[in-house]
Amino acid sequence: MILRALWILPACAMLLAVAIAHAEIPAQERKSGAEFMSPQTQAMQADDASNPGMLAVLDGEAAWNEKAGAANKACADCHGAAEQSMKGVSARYPAFNAATSQPIDVAGQVNQCRAERQQAQPLRAESRELLALTTYIGLQSRGMPVAPPDDERLTPFRERGKALFNQRLGQLNFSCAHCHEDNWGRKLGSAPIPQAHANAYPIYRLEWQDVGSLQRRLRNCMSGVRAAPYSYGSLEFIELELFLAERARGMAVETPGVRP
Amino acid sequence: MKTQILSTQILNIDPSRRAFLAGAAGAAVCVIAPSARATPEAMAQAIKDFTGGKSVREGGVEVDIPVLLESGHSVPTIVRVDSPMNAQNYVRAIAVFNERNPQPNVGVFHLTPRSGRAFVSTRIRLGDSQKVVAVAQMSDGSFRSGSIDVIVTLPACVEGA
Amino acid sequence: MARALINVPAKAKKGEIIEIKTMLSHPMETGFRPSDDGKLVPRNIIKRFVCTYDGEAVFSADLFPAISANPFLSFTLVATNSGVITFSWTDDNGQTQVQTAKIEVA
Repeated sequence: MILRALWILPACAMLLAVAIAHAEIPAQERKSGAEFMSPQTQAMQADDASNPGMLAVLDGEAAWNEKAGAANKACADCHGAAEQSMKGVSARYPAFNAATSQPIDVAGQVNQCRAERQQAQPLRAESRELLALTTYIGLQSRGMPVAPPDDERLTPFRERGKALFNQRLGQLNFSCAHCHEDNWGRKLGSAPIPQAHANAYPIYRLEWQDVGSLQRRLRNCMSGVRAAPYSYGSLEFIELELFLAERARGMAVETPGVRP
Repeated sequence: MKTQILSTQILNIDPSRRAFLAGAAGAAVCVIAPSARATPEAMAQAIKDFTGGKSVREGGVEVDIPVLLESGHSVPTIVRVDSPMNAQNYVRAIAVFNERNPQPNVGVFHLTPRSGRAFVSTRIRLGDSQKVVAVAQMSDGSFRSGSIDVIVTLPACVEGA
Repeated sequence: MARALINVPAKAKKGEIIEIKTMLSHPMETGFRPSDDGKLVPRNIIKRFVCTYDGEAVFSADLFPAISANPFLSFTLVATNSGVITFSWTDDNGQTQVQTAKIEVA
């Protein structure tokens, strides 16, 4: 690519000087990432005929109704119309999975359904089909408030997610909070630093020229601070997702979001 | 926020109304990366190829792109041309050029009196801060142009950075 | 097979200028981008788009690699007659995808 981000190192170094204790963002100051975008990118997200994430939604709708696996069942055969059965699901996930005694996110739930109900191979992380399904399922919660469940079994995982959010990482030795709680609204190079709310995923990122998951975005941030990213589907990511959902509680779901 | 497009149609996949026709063309061609990018001179040549060397009058063509861009990957680009768009006087084509992508050409859009307005909207890639030029071919065979200089920046924490 | 998103008003008055929006799921691979193994990904773009209404090509476009992935095109048309508006996208291999939308003109 012609585009390079070599400026990020000195830009990040400037940030090193600030912040010791992280200030959590008060509820009335919370802003979706969409509010930090240009009016053009906001318009792209707001109009379904212009939002390229809607192409993934159409793929997801087809996948929802397509029979798969040895059971020869489609998602729709058990769940019926996603408009009803999936309404609010993405707004409350990750949820506690009693079978594994661990939290599970929507992508993990899709693959668990494939294994158990459809007797099909799991869909690869970030694959077109998995993103299509999670985007389609996410759309059914659009406009609803992020509403993580009050499930005590999730608490220790969410606490670990919070610790990870505040954990310094990588060669630049930054935590998520250094940028997104202490310096949101300021600039990194020419780009505004958003508050890192996970209320629009999967997103269509202009840089990716495609839809991608929250975990892909978190991996970008991790490589940005020169840390080895966690693996897709790892418990660390699910714990971070749990904490981010709590942090964005009450904000409107925007899936499919568009971000630069 | 808009939740559904109700007054309009979003066409879903309908295999019966769609055809994927195998063409006669051969296999994909591997393009060797050119060592040079487009230059203002290459853009001037591409414009000359489009106009057949005829003179181009500046004005009457609006290139609507924000001057400061947060990403060069998908730049909303609108071109409007002053024209009544009737059978006697209309815009035949709008061609868009740039001077610093690998190639100077972006797209050529062919209009008719049935377009109603001399308007086209698309999304383009800009590999760097540069000038974007639109040239309109009018129905009388004359050419007009408009341009804009834009600054391309990057979002924070790009992939593989 | 690529997914297409087309936005055409379902109804229009005769003579009204309507705005059409189209988007096709396509990578618009430029031919200039190296993949993970360092080799260039072969060029694969939509190079031609045609919109036909009343049996006449009313709008068309020749596209180059500088058009973004999932090519978006919006343009206007004069609503003349009820009928079918046809959209076709042709890629580098000559493969053409066709979709249609109905419009009711009163």
